[in-house]
Amino acid sequence: MRTQNATAYRFLAPYLLIFSIFWVWPIISSFLISFQATRTVPWRFAPTFNWGRLIGDPAFFNALENTLLILVIQVPVMISLAIVMAVLLNSPLLKARGLYRFAFFAPVVVGEVAYSAVFRLMFNLDFGIVNKLLNSVGLPKIDWFSNVTPAMAVIMIAVTWRWAGYNAIILLAGLQSIPDDVYEAATLDRVSKVKQFFYITLPLLKPVIVFCAVLSIIGTMQLFTEPFLITERGGPGGGTETLGLLLYRQGFRSLNFGYASAIAYTMAGLAIAITLVQLWLTRDPK
Amino acid sequence: MSSLSQARLARSIALHLFLTPLALIWLFPLWMMVVFSTMPDNGIFSPGIELLPHGGFLDNFDNLQRGTNFVGAIGISVSVAVTYTFLSVLLTSMAGWALARYQFFGKGMVVAIILGTITLPYAVVLIPQFIMVARDFQLANTWVALIVPPLFNSLGVLFMRQAFSMMPHELFDAARVEGVKEWRIFLFVALPLARPMLAALAIILFLASWNNYLWPLLINSQPGAMTAPVALGTLIGLTKVSWGGIMAGAVMLTVPMLVVFVLLQRHFIAGIAAGAVK
Repeated sequence: MRTQNATAYRFLAPYLLIFSIFWVWPIISSFLISFQATRTVPWRFAPTFNWGRLIGDPAFFNALENTLLILVIQVPVMISLAIVMAVLLNSPLLKARGLYRFAFFAPVVVGEVAYSAVFRLMFNLDFGIVNKLLNSVGLPKIDWFSNVTPAMAVIMIAVTWRWAGYNAIILLAGLQSIPDDVYEAATLDRVSKVKQFFYITLPLLKPVIVFCAVLSIIGTMQLFTEPFLITERGGPGGGTETLGLLLYRQGFRSLNFGYASAIAYTMAGLAIAITLVQLWLTRDPK
Repeated sequence: MSSLSQARLARSIALHLFLTPLALIWLFPLWMMVVFSTMPDNGIFSPGIELLPHGGFLDNFDNLQRGTNFVGAIGISVSVAVTYTFLSVLLTSMAGWALARYQFFGKGMVVAIILGTITLPYAVVLIPQFIMVARDFQLANTWVALIVPPLFNSLGVLFMRQAFSMMPHELFDAARVEGVKEWRIFLFVALPLARPMLAALAIILFLASWNNYLWPLLINSQPGAMTAPVALGTLIGLTKVSWGGIMAGAVMLTVPMLVVFVLLQRHFIAGIAAGAVK
């Protein structure tokens, strides 16, 4: 077959142009910026200026620790919940399927600012509906935003609420691509539903689960809006500050682009490392 | 036989007993958003439990509009999202078409690079994008700044490549034999056939633009240039602010999207699910 270089690149040109200007060059550029002292004009090359600061900066390790903590707890909880939602929504026994789908999928369309505002109000100490409901069943109210642990919990609850349904949509599509006759054969062989879930559904769904996990990890790694708006700039006292928020603070409040770029590349390194581990853990045993 | 159907019934009841409370919990924040948006501030900050809407939405909206020009911000958000969606669908489907239907030098590399960006955090490009748009191009607080940098997407291109490569090539060969130009084949044969996929893509892109927060927050920070989520975000955290007003804004951002979601659920779900199913 003759090649169609000219035609193909004519169709690709606008896309590749945008890609080069707004992605390829920035990827290179932020790497270079991370080796420069950017708070003096003109910027000067100083290879250890930002990276040296990074490895001795308690604020960085605080943000790293918070981010990893959210990652380790929130992502597995959310993915498990999304699997449960997808499997149950796929059940032939379910009535009024559309209503349940709406309930779980609706958060997908809700913007970060809108839902952050709602969660902030719902978890208000004296007037939040959550504490009022706790009180009404005889439980003490919780000061959600003055202590680190409950503040973290609110962030994780909010993110889980927003994204579980999104993952469930992807997982549900994965489930529906598993052929029915696999289950029919198992049912004929009197394999229980629970066993079918663990020995058929989960293994066949594994690539989709990995895909969801990777996307969720990369998303959570960059968590910004929720600690910015719900816990008010990572409060209390930096207790919910994430890498995304630290990057924002350094890059766009202190206008320290060099240091912010070093933080950004740390996030990229983490994302790539975690993705590789994930792919390796779930590789096809051959 | 009857014991089997009894077991089915028991399982069905258990399923609904588990799923119904979970669904109600999931709907609760959205419901409370609506309730709060209709309550006066002294009602929101009162000790009683209020779970039903009141009639104060318009008062809250007035409070919101006094705090920030929210209607103007909605106007910017709508115009930007519509323009962005049109341009992005065009760019994305052109690239997807090229990757699906032509053999060309560097094709494998282009696909590999697009795949690679999926696992790359956006944070890595954020700072240079900002420096470039704000300082080098002097485009801060313009529509161009909101629309152009986010035009690149990776999942959308892979989705469109998939859509076009599933079409039988006889469709296009017939036109080629008659000497129809490639761009006409793309525009008048391929695109109409891809309508359901284009709808799914357009919905997802529109939603992404409508809800985009971090980039507009950074690049369009002047009051007259803010998008609606950014304008609303500036109010959250102020000490003297109408929370009823903020909730009215949240409702105005959310409810239209919920309506679109209900009406176009199939396309919505197809667009989101596209990432996973090969």
